[in-house]
Amino acid sequence: MSFAPQSVEIDRQTMEVDIACAGFGPATGGFLTTLTQAWSRNPADPVFESRVAPGMPLQVLCYERADDLAAGVSGVVTRAEGIRASFPALDPAQIPMAAAVKQERVLYLLDPIGASRRSRTLRIADFLLGLGKERWVKDHAFELPWAPAFLHKRGGLILSIGQFNQWVGAQLMAGGFVQIWPGTPVSAPIFAGVANAQYRGVAGLRLADQGVDKLGAPADGFMPGMDVRAELTVVGDGPVGSVGQRLDERFGLPAGHARREWALGMKFVIELPEDTTLEPGTVWHTFGFPEPEIFGFLYVHPDRFVSVGIFVPSWLGDPTRTAYRYLQHFIQHPALWRHLQGGVLRSWGAKSLEESGKHGEPFLTGDGYARIGEGSGSTNMLTGSGVDEAWTTGVQLGEAVLEILRAGLPFSQENLSRTYEKRRRASSVERGARQARNARNGFHRGFMRGLIGMGLAGLTSGRLPLRTHISPAPRQIRAVRPHSKAGLALRDAAALALDSGRPLHDALMSARGWPEIPFDGRLLVTHQDALLMGGKVQAMPGYADHVIFLDRRRCISCEEKTCIGMCSGQAITLGPDGAPAFEREKCVHCGACLWNCPHSPDGERSNIEFQAGAGGLHSGEN
Amino acid sequence: MNPLQIVVCAGIVPDPLQTLEPTTGPNGPGLKNEMVLPAVLDPWAACALYEAAALAAKHPGSKLWLVALGPKAKLQQVMMTVAQKVVFELIPVDGPIGGFPDAHSTAAALASAIESIAGLDRAALLLFGGWESASRGAGVTLQLIGERLGIADQFFGVDQIELRPDGSFEVLERVEGGKHQVSVCAGAPAVLGWATGNLAEPRNNPQVGMANMRTIMPALQRAKTAALDANSLSYVSVSLPKQQRTTRVEKNMSADEIAAELVEWIGKDN
Repeated sequence: MSFAPQSVEIDRQTMEVDIACAGFGPATGGFLTTLTQAWSRNPADPVFESRVAPGMPLQVLCYERADDLAAGVSGVVTRAEGIRASFPALDPAQIPMAAAVKQERVLYLLDPIGASRRSRTLRIADFLLGLGKERWVKDHAFELPWAPAFLHKRGGLILSIGQFNQWVGAQLMAGGFVQIWPGTPVSAPIFAGVANAQYRGVAGLRLADQGVDKLGAPADGFMPGMDVRAELTVVGDGPVGSVGQRLDERFGLPAGHARREWALGMKFVIELPEDTTLEPGTVWHTFGFPEPEIFGFLYVHPDRFVSVGIFVPSWLGDPTRTAYRYLQHFIQHPALWRHLQGGVLRSWGAKSLEESGKHGEPFLTGDGYARIGEGSGSTNMLTGSGVDEAWTTGVQLGEAVLEILRAGLPFSQENLSRTYEKRRRASSVERGARQARNARNGFHRGFMRGLIGMGLAGLTSGRLPLRTHISPAPRQIRAVRPHSKAGLALRDAAALALDSGRPLHDALMSARGWPEIPFDGRLLVTHQDALLMGGKVQAMPGYADHVIFLDRRRCISCEEKTCIGMCSGQAITLGPDGAPAFEREKCVHCGACLWNCPHSPDGERSNIEFQAGAGGLHSGEN
Repeated sequence: MNPLQIVVCAGIVPDPLQTLEPTTGPNGPGLKNEMVLPAVLDPWAACALYEAAALAAKHPGSKLWLVALGPKAKLQQVMMTVAQKVVFELIPVDGPIGGFPDAHSTAAALASAIESIAGLDRAALLLFGGWESASRGAGVTLQLIGERLGIADQFFGVDQIELRPDGSFEVLERVEGGKHQVSVCAGAPAVLGWATGNLAEPRNNPQVGMANMRTIMPALQRAKTAALDANSLSYVSVSLPKQQRTTRVEKNMSADEIAAELVEWIGKDN
């Protein structure tokens, strides 16, 4: 029995444009900036005359799902080499919440609680570190003497992606050459030619229907999504974007490629106490706590704001992945808490990261389309960076498009490959992706092996990685490590959950020894309060549910229901029939449910479909 | 009936559901991180805009202008959403954001902007706006604009207008007790400060957006700066309405018990 939305066959309005873009993030920002800067040097250049509306400038449109360009979710540190190349005179002070990187630290966090899932090897290592406590360990943290070269971000920028997107968008819109439309989800690509997986062709974008019910059937004020037909479709809608997913479903991935590694990045934006000693531009990379596999970060913005967060990976090997609870324990680690205590939570957010890198790279081009950014496999998991790589792929496509326009050629797969792919293959993005290709494989066989593998890959520029088989994401969920403390303490947790009415995953953590969170209403607040207080989640009425449980029988029989525990917005809860229930109004569009389903209908994909949807997190302080 | 001439005054405000914190800076009170906070069209005025657009659509040949005062960059950002909903011509005035500038100065700037609209027949003008604001609403700005434009017929808390063939119209204004007062006006010019009206927020329509953008971006580039008098007002103190949130899971309480507890909780807030 399937509850997928109904397919509505209906006459749709159609619009012809030259270039249509799906998603506005750093990649599309780089693409549109490159075009706009070239156009602004000579607007009368016939190269910029529209092919679909002769006599007019090129018609370049970009559709973004989020209700505001500032609603992007991520505090990042980036080397910003590509961004600075686009803006040579860039002054970080122009961008709210931006700061130049001044100092970096790498901290190994010991477990002051004793609840984390540490292997025997790691416990021995922790014990040995503890022997030299006075000299090496402060606040239960061991600071590496230096930041490894592959990790450093010297000369880079700390950014709020929300503010950066808005800054880029404002400049683009002020130029008048391109139009960026927020609050406009794109449901799917319009495929060109015959329904044939062997032919990769795209003819534009279909916008999401409005005025429909939860299942997508026409309701009050029905307005079919418009077909935006384009000579070139630029796909930059990120790792869980609807257009990219539909392309992968139709065309598959290149031989040997698969998207099996993911992480959920979740963070707080905190206003630091007035007497803080943390300086803007400070960057911390952490590992070891709250679980060894969960990496963390702390980035200090101007005006006493700090982004603090964690990455919960698909290879955590545990269905209990309650990221929000883990994040609360993370900020209470003594090394961080000494700076954060007394602060105020300003905002909160979460986002899926596609961490397969080169392994997950899709077909980058086809007739009439090209893919850029994170969804194109540009994220470098060795250096832990993706924003500048995404921006750079956008710039590369922009340069390629200019070359094709100047030559008067069509946007065919051949021409896009010859221009865009060629640039990308010869660039630092590709070199970095190759070096990082197997850098994290070791983590699939344990934390220590992962660290060693990452170190080897980093020190040898990827020439000496640890190779291992990587299971599909659904199978990674069940790989509970034998050293997990007292198993899952499932019975105790179930009793606790029943008694207190709290989610089972949350109770599981308590049953495993994690202390209760001492809520203070300012910095340590409940998950529900964070949804209201920090991030503010909204969803325009009239759109269909974008999270679909494909086979509810699988959901009902699922023991783990990790989709519920991992849901960043508590938008997925246990329904009365035993299957997960989805509330669109609470979804922050992090996409974690997509890869946190252990029951795959085909061994690779999950039982959850993540489609185009409106709304999400509304916060500029992200 | 003749085509309508409708001007909607609509400010932009920091998204009211964000974390808002008053601060006092060198230029007086404001909100912490105000330029970082997402802005939205003032919700009350947005209702006025949607009602105006619906009226204009029923009367072919009508013109609809949106007069908005705010920082140009923020106006541009907000217009990317608003412009997809209804067709209008933007008259932007570059000025400060927030609700703290003096209402008299703001009214003077907006009235001046309206007077400068080419082709506007002021004798036929219906001046729309919100009767309240999601920022620090002075509650008088729209009246002051009307007075400066010499419009004597003013209605506030409007939920409905019904135009008659002879140019007169009937207005429903909110009054005490959840009732409406019915008034009949001989015709334009008139000021209508809208409550929520009866219309749902229009869907985003890409074609409407593209049509609007052809005039919005040039208008933003030409926007004049409003010289508001920064010294005409001084604030003794500024605070947000008390906000309190308590979350708890209850599985065994009846709806009546929950309602009773809510009533008691609300009562404590007096």
